[in-house]
Amino acid sequence: MSILDKHKILETNATLLLIFSFLVVTIGGLVQIAPLFYLENTIEKVEGMRPYTPLEMAGREVYIREGCYVCHSQMIRPMRDEVERYGHYSLAAESMYDRPFQWGSKRTGPDLARVGGRYSDEWHADHLRDPQSVVPESVMPKYGFLEEKKIDGKYIGDVMATNALLGTPYTDEMIEAAQADFRAQADPDSDYDGLLERYGEDINVRNFDGQPGVSEADALIAYLQMLGTLVDFSTFTPDASR
Amino acid sequence: MSKKSQKFEGDPNTTGHEWDGIEEFDNPMPRWWLWTFYATIIWGVLYTVAYPAWPLINGATAGVLGWSTRGDVAAEITAVEEANAPINAKLEAAELTAIAEDPELGSYAVSAGSAVFKTWCAQCHGSGAAGAKGYPNLLDDDWLWGGSMEDIHATITHGIRNEDSDEARYSEMPAFGRDELLEKEEISQVVNYVMSLSGEPQDASKVEAGSVVFADNCASCHMEDGTGDRAQGAPNLADAIWLYGGDYGSLTETVSNSRYGVMPAWNTRLTEAEIRAVSSYVHQLGGGE
Repeated sequence: MSILDKHKILETNATLLLIFSFLVVTIGGLVQIAPLFYLENTIEKVEGMRPYTPLEMAGREVYIREGCYVCHSQMIRPMRDEVERYGHYSLAAESMYDRPFQWGSKRTGPDLARVGGRYSDEWHADHLRDPQSVVPESVMPKYGFLEEKKIDGKYIGDVMATNALLGTPYTDEMIEAAQADFRAQADPDSDYDGLLERYGEDINVRNFDGQPGVSEADALIAYLQMLGTLVDFSTFTPDASR
Repeated sequence: MSKKSQKFEGDPNTTGHEWDGIEEFDNPMPRWWLWTFYATIIWGVLYTVAYPAWPLINGATAGVLGWSTRGDVAAEITAVEEANAPINAKLEAAELTAIAEDPELGSYAVSAGSAVFKTWCAQCHGSGAAGAKGYPNLLDDDWLWGGSMEDIHATITHGIRNEDSDEARYSEMPAFGRDELLEKEEISQVVNYVMSLSGEPQDASKVEAGSVVFADNCASCHMEDGTGDRAQGAPNLADAIWLYGGDYGSLTETVSNSRYGVMPAWNTRLTEAEIRAVSSYVHQLGGGE
């Protein structure tokens, strides 16, 4: 009982109580969080993941700025109804270059984790301009102003440099060529060989919004059209023990 | 302050804690509460043995039941696939045109196809398949690439003008205005001519000149009488059905800048049985040939 008697010292000293409470919370945190950093199966290795291209990164910034995550999740849970509606359940590795990730927690609209390639660019442009023109039942607001807002990618290299600082494998060359790659991806008539060399052969190079110049809609559609398309699930065997 | 004890006869002992004269009874917890509490502790221990729980060096304990979220969803999907396997095999083996003739297979294909349609197709073609501007109505007899089972099946499998499939249906109308193939006046004339094919032109005086422009520039795809050519996805211009609008402004836009409707290839996302099911569904909507 002697150690329990000493409890009175804590109960009567606010500073000591604070320090010991913090210690207890720290132990709880370490037990729950620390294993994620050393366990080998936290993030499984998958082929095909690459960092976002400058245009896609800009689209992601628009996605975050407009709060798309408030109504759209990017997380297909391992449940039959979700897998049949949206496609293969999401893997941790698919968010490895997302800072912050866009899993979301609310689905007023559908999940977007695998929306890439599901609709045409024109559909996305129509749908952003006036969602009800293609889906009359939709309650989504109109985002027509995105295609009017032209952007030049002047600062996208800085965003990539920040991500590189956090561990995304952007090379110096990628950051240097960011603005050129940004413009090239939205213009199929441009010389985009460098872009493909840096990011891979499967990059979508199109005029996404169908209008001259690079707009925020171009960036957002470029981002949406690659979501969930990087991992080739025909060659992927899930480890059932996870 | 009064230090008088509030303890009465028959009261339990106190815990010995005392604050400003306030003391605390040492009442035992109710028995039912205690047993429930102990039961939850035992439950918690058993649960971490039965299910994945404790982090170790390389991974976590798997749990003696061997349960996993992924295993669970895989088992559930496999069970449904196995239940449908015989009829799906039959669907994949059948001649496309014979599906509707077999009552059991036909009704299965249509109801399965209806589910596929609502999940994957309704966003563009509408939940009732009536389409929208730029996205064809699938209920009528007007088909761009053909309305037979084979045509519908091929369109859904490979899509239209996409980058996913090498066999995607492809054609491209020239942008007569943007690429300066026609003068503004010529475009106005041909638009009036096209309007005259199915109704009233905006300016009847231009129709005759428009017919010449049409014969020189448009007839090779849309045919001399304007009834279109399904082999190239060239729409019939002589009916009153318009994908992008049949008014003067919309038609001028179409002729000037062209249109380039894209449909994804669905063989990358759907199984052959699902494609055949949704083809059957679309075929029986009203326009199937």
